[in-house]
Amino acid sequence: MSRWLTDPLLTVEGLTMRFGGLTAVSDFHFSVGRGDITALIGPNGAGKTTVFNCITGFYKPTQGRLALARTGVANPVEVEALTRSGRRFATMQSGDLFLLERMADHEIAQRAHVARTFQNIRLFAGMTVLENLIVAQHNALMRASGLTLFGLFNTPGYRRAERAAMARAVGWLERINLVERADDPAGALPYGDQRRLEIARAMCIDPALLCLDEPAAGLNPRESAELTTLLRSIRDDDGVSVLLIEHDMSVVMQVSDHVVVLDYGRKIADGAPQAVREDPKVIAAYLGVDDEAEVIAAESEIAAIAGDSP
Amino acid sequence: MAAPLDQKRPDLSRALVDAGFAALVTFGLSFPILALRTEQDMQNRLIVEPRWSWSVIAVMVVFCARLLAGLLSDWRARALAIPGALIAVFGAHMGVTQALTHGAGITALGLALLIGAFALDARLRDAPAPVAAPRAERADRSRLISMAGLAALFLFPFVMLAWLGPQGSLKWINNYGVQILIYVMLGWGLNIVVGLAGLLDLGYVAFYAVGAYTYALLSTTFGLSFWICLPLAGVLAAFWGVILGFPVLRLRGDYLAIVTLAFGEIIRVVLINWTDFSNGYAGISSIPRVTFFGVPFTAADDGFAAMLGLEFTPIHRTIFLYFLILCLALLTNVVTLRLRALPIGRAWEALREDEIACRSLGVNTVNTKLTAFALGAMFGGFAGAFFAVRQNFVSPESFTFIESATILAIVVLGGMGSQIGVALAAVAMIGGTEILRELDFLKQIFGESFDPAQYRMLIFGLAMVVMMIWKPRGLISSRTPSIFLKKRTAVAGSLVREGRG
Ligand SMILES: Nc1ncnc2c1ncn2[C@@H]1O[C@H](COP(=O)(O)OP(=O)(O)OP(=O)(O)O)[C@@H](O)[C@H]1O
Ligand SMILES: [Mg+2]
Repeated sequence: MSRWLTDPLLTVEGLTMRFGGLTAVSDFHFSVGRGDITALIGPNGAGKTTVFNCITGFYKPTQGRLALARTGVANPVEVEALTRSGRRFATMQSGDLFLLERMADHEIAQRAHVARTFQNIRLFAGMTVLENLIVAQHNALMRASGLTLFGLFNTPGYRRAERAAMARAVGWLERINLVERADDPAGALPYGDQRRLEIARAMCIDPALLCLDEPAAGLNPRESAELTTLLRSIRDDDGVSVLLIEHDMSVVMQVSDHVVVLDYGRKIADGAPQAVREDPKVIAAYLGVDDEAEVIAAESEIAAIAGDSP
Repeated sequence: MAAPLDQKRPDLSRALVDAGFAALVTFGLSFPILALRTEQDMQNRLIVEPRWSWSVIAVMVVFCARLLAGLLSDWRARALAIPGALIAVFGAHMGVTQALTHGAGITALGLALLIGAFALDARLRDAPAPVAAPRAERADRSRLISMAGLAALFLFPFVMLAWLGPQGSLKWINNYGVQILIYVMLGWGLNIVVGLAGLLDLGYVAFYAVGAYTYALLSTTFGLSFWICLPLAGVLAAFWGVILGFPVLRLRGDYLAIVTLAFGEIIRVVLINWTDFSNGYAGISSIPRVTFFGVPFTAADDGFAAMLGLEFTPIHRTIFLYFLILCLALLTNVVTLRLRALPIGRAWEALREDEIACRSLGVNTVNTKLTAFALGAMFGGFAGAFFAVRQNFVSPESFTFIESATILAIVVLGGMGSQIGVALAAVAMIGGTEILRELDFLKQIFGESFDPAQYRMLIFGLAMVVMMIWKPRGLISSRTPSIFLKKRTAVAGSLVREGRG
């Protein structure tokens, strides 16, 4: 059962991103299945973060269409119609449809409900852990505060919304085991906690798609295991689809339903984890790096994959 | 400076070397600034007139102060010892040159202070460190302190009036009270833009000018009253805030600073050159004075004094102005504090912390920046209208870059984002300037031609340098969280970012 073909949440077609003379991503096609954890892997500099930046609106793609069907299965005819209409998003018969390449970054988060984390953590370091989670609910609270007017007079409606935001934040703090540190500045947390907090913060915008850029980087094995559990629970309990960039192959192979491999900006493999790890092109890409140390690292990684039975 | 917990014994030779070095630096600095003075002689030529004694005094003062600071480990003892030494030296000088008995008395007082300081230092060094008060108690205390402060601010003019009479109290209520409160309000207004949203604005005075000219022009041409013009001044200033905001949305750091600086200058240059509109350099005079909600502060029969059956004195108007600016400043403070706890205020602070993360969470950074500019400008506009009604005269001279720099210095000195810090910094900077005019006794030391107010900028500069070393993030650098789960713990200043935009 390949959900990314039958019920795609996000469909990326012909994505190309050039920086001057450098083509970081070229003619990239893939889709993210609704309710899947999709892993985007590839050697350093393959263009994975660039793909994320295109999906979340931080880069405007040179070419390509990124269609997100938030509700319902997108009908190709309707996607085509929306593309021709020149609009950024619309409610179609099949559901809400968004063309991400036309939308601004904050709109993508606010309307299309795509959340992300960053390769180098970007928390609000000088704000408390709790404040980080409250800022993430900015748009809901802004609406409840009547664009600040009701909030200024602290109306009951606003107070209710604030309590709800607080409850949601505390719920997430419980899930990532940080309730005790709610009132501490986010910048003072240990690295692993900061990573989990960034994921919780992204979840607080109530996303349909959660994009995580190397969430296991710098984690110890115990923290990696906790992360795996958290990712599964996000998929199964919250019903949120996850797009994951990860170098830690054990994490990738344990949690992902679908793996896409990128090398030098081109897709070299796409399929179930089992199939991808046996793909000779993938093995070659991981071995085909020049640096001696990386070869050894890649070899041991592949050995780890081979030794892993799902 | 993080002093190690084990008490380090002061070391005489180290302190001497240290003080000698400080004295050397002082000599190097004071030589061009204090010791060489250019004068015009009879033939209109510039001649250099050396004032070596000034330089020597400065070097001696710095040497003594540094030596004492090196020998005393506790700041309270230092605070006692340094004035003590100064008083002793002053007394000795007086004893030699003027009256021996007086001088001896003053010297004895200074020496007593010095000895007391050393005794205190020795006691404190052996005493255990004080235990911090429990949190709840401290919160109660801070509420009590702010209530007391508020009461003191409201009672201030009456106490002054009762103590010094209408003549004597005018200076205190006007030059200290009203003047400081204007800058407190401007500081709080700019704090929204610089301290909370992290957008460096060097042209804030433009909005002050917009507010002032709004009232000046509307009242003189259309005869509108102050109470109608005040909100209009705020609205117009906010409008110009948005106008400035749009072109600078994409700019950050140095570029933002340069464009805002240019904006401030443009407004001023337009006011100078568009004479049909603003009367140019001559400015706008005879702006209607403030009235007590329609009742004028005059000696006439329908005046304020007659209405209340009081004897007429101009101090009534000054006191009313004092309360007016006090209320405007408090309004700025209350609104800012409330906004900080609302989504818009949190978005400002989040923007200062990390703009990219904000965008990834769906925060519309364009709107967020524009509201910060508009609200900051609005309070600047209110203050401007107040300025016009207080002075009855506005001209472009009042809105030069140095004003923007002073307001920004207040915000930076106070600690970006901290309301109380900004207020303290305004008191120190504006009150300090006024106090310089009062220090007549310095003439006894430095001679009749010495005018301490002329050294304002030098002292500002020194104060800034000292602050940068002692507290690089301003008087109050820690940040109070806007919401908490169990307890409100201040965030250390070192974690709070200053914003790059
Ligand atoms: N803003 C940019 N301007 C110019 N070149 C860029 C930009 N962003 C990325 N690149 C280039 O695009 C290529 C792909 O970079 P990208 O960051 O997407 O790789 P990655 O797959 O995320 O690598 P890693 O695993 O190291 O994070 C690199 O050669 C990089 O130098
Ligand atoms: Mg990357």
